[in-house]
Amino acid sequence: MSYSARIEGTIHTFASLRELMAKATPLRSGDCLAGLAAASGEERVAAQMCLADVPLARFLEEQLIPYEEDEVTRLIVDTHDKDAFAPVSEMTVGMFRDWLLSDAADGAVLKKIAPGITPEMAAAVSKLMRLQDLIYVASKCRVVVGFRDTIGLPGTLAVRIQPNHPTDDARGIAASTLDGLFYGSGDAVIGINPATDNLKNVCVLLDMLDNLRQRYDIPTQSCVLTHVTTTIQAIEKGAPVDLVFQSIAGTEGANKSFGINLAMLREGREAALSLNRGTVGNNVMYFETGQGSALSANAHRGVDQQTCEARAYAVAREFKPLLVNTVVGFIGPEYLYDGKQIARAGLEDHFCGKLMGVPMGVDVCYTNHAEADQDDMDALLTLLCTAGCNYIMGVPGADDIMLNYQSTSYHDALYARRLLGLKPAPEFEAWLEKNGICDSRGRLKPVSPRNPMLHMSRELERAGV
Amino acid sequence: MVSKGEVILKNDVTVRDPWAGLRAFTDARIALGRAGVAIPVGETLSFRLSHARARDAVHTKFDAEGVAAKIEGLGLSTILVESAAATRAEYLTRPDLGRKLSRRSETLLEDLHAESSDLALVVGDGLSSRAIHENALSFLEAFLPLCRKAGLKLGPVCVASQSRVALADAVCERIHAKVVAILIGERPGLSSPDSMGIYMTYAAKSGTTDEARNCISNIRSAGFAPSLAAVKLAYLLSESLVRKLSGVNLKDNQPEGYLPFSNLTGYLG
Repeated sequence: MSYSARIEGTIHTFASLRELMAKATPLRSGDCLAGLAAASGEERVAAQMCLADVPLARFLEEQLIPYEEDEVTRLIVDTHDKDAFAPVSEMTVGMFRDWLLSDAADGAVLKKIAPGITPEMAAAVSKLMRLQDLIYVASKCRVVVGFRDTIGLPGTLAVRIQPNHPTDDARGIAASTLDGLFYGSGDAVIGINPATDNLKNVCVLLDMLDNLRQRYDIPTQSCVLTHVTTTIQAIEKGAPVDLVFQSIAGTEGANKSFGINLAMLREGREAALSLNRGTVGNNVMYFETGQGSALSANAHRGVDQQTCEARAYAVAREFKPLLVNTVVGFIGPEYLYDGKQIARAGLEDHFCGKLMGVPMGVDVCYTNHAEADQDDMDALLTLLCTAGCNYIMGVPGADDIMLNYQSTSYHDALYARRLLGLKPAPEFEAWLEKNGICDSRGRLKPVSPRNPMLHMSRELERAGV
Repeated sequence: MVSKGEVILKNDVTVRDPWAGLRAFTDARIALGRAGVAIPVGETLSFRLSHARARDAVHTKFDAEGVAAKIEGLGLSTILVESAAATRAEYLTRPDLGRKLSRRSETLLEDLHAESSDLALVVGDGLSSRAIHENALSFLEAFLPLCRKAGLKLGPVCVASQSRVALADAVCERIHAKVVAILIGERPGLSSPDSMGIYMTYAAKSGTTDEARNCISNIRSAGFAPSLAAVKLAYLLSESLVRKLSGVNLKDNQPEGYLPFSNLTGYLG
């Protein structure tokens, strides 16, 4: 089916919903690289005007990637909840945007409709929205999940400690982890990106993190961010696995390039659930995503990168994750050129995920060949935290010395918490106070020389001599 | 009159971290202390310096002529080529163009009617001109004598502007080399703005994919020394020529005490 809009005598025609969605997408370099972007500013707005008049129900009839050819499409169609969709089923995309901003769409209502919202619907409405719309509507959507602590409660901001080291040196990783704990980070997860992906190394790191967590009785979870098949092997070997990690994307082909499919994710989740290690909840999956991954794998099927990204959240939603974050600026300027494109993409991803009922966090980040710097990250971090982002990354000094990119620091997280009155996850907050890291108002205290975690610091130093 | 030290003590409101000794175990920016909850000004500026250097490495104009002149000083002929990406901004947003030769460069290489060779070297700016300006020559100074001693035939060296790794494939098929190796500036990290990589490919041609390449990375004075990288390439190149392949099926099993090109036995007859 073709779509068209008339603007003062000029008729703009779009051959399919897929083309309409791509051309309605706010400008970004990845869609230009893929040859999918609108040819002019006017064509882009014409596409947005046309998209505003498309009924939401149309997305249930016209698939952007055929049902027969893509298991992500099949997942989206087969799990669509018609009852949840009912309250918005008569709306166009434009009406849906206005309704989302109205008082009628409060947190409880948005939570109820989430299983009825497909990724394409979320992506479509986001294309019509300004940043303030993306922020405000997302702030009304709370997605609360748990494992050893509770993440996503209103008024909280959790932080992943990301203590990466270029050679996976256990003392180096422990040093960065202690630094993060002393700065009040770690309630989302203590999660290492390993430099070496082999099973033995992964098991060594899992043991190390689990010992640290148990020694100080920290109400959090640990994760080594390796391939799902490696984690399943680690579980079979008896390693202490809290969360199963996997990078995911929004098309079957892109997932294939990651060496995964939905069945493997299901198997990973079941393996982790069998260990029954959670205390306050049973959300055992951790997913990372990012706009451009499908194009990068040459598997975008003519779908714009933002819609592909939203489709990844349908994959995530199916497996009831604890953590999902877009790694928004990691992929490079050929997908998101500068701070402006990165900021919009980060807010779109957070919005689409939350609207679909996914517990979104964001890795606010950039590479050195993108037109971006710390000022851009400060702006996006502040906007995301006003939008109610579940968690961000904590990297020492914002400099990841293994992955060679810049993310947010432990200090950045404290800035956001203090500025906006946000607290850590409640269980973790109590632990911080009990261990003399924060006072009863949640403010960081100078670390006492008697703090038990300094023992570990001294042990490491002695072992290093 | 107060000393400078006393003024600093009196006005320094930052909180120090008693775990600063842990810095011995990692280059990560830990135990930074804090001003309120912010990173203190010294570290903030130090970070800015690192970022500025990394950005400069990406955007510094590639001195292709200067690099070529130095290579000719080593007794090799050079050809200046460029990719189809016309500007740095286009290079950054269109990796596909950075993998293709410009029309001019294609014609130039085809008109050479180059004789077949064992190895073609390409020297490309990639994402860090600085990496090439600082490391390419010291690598070649170590590598070329090894090649000459082994009796290998080298094609002309292409010095390539606005280049991605796969530009070497387009060069290789036009100058009839058995193997191509491209020295290229890597994506600069905050602590490594000057890092050079080498990608070696057997029988490269357009459409060759990354699993067919062998990579030596982090070549710089504070990383993998250029002289050691020269020995490494000698090992990989010998294996490649003898076994007629490269990439995932060519594992780096360089033995301890390896003598450069000792594994080339039989290749030159």
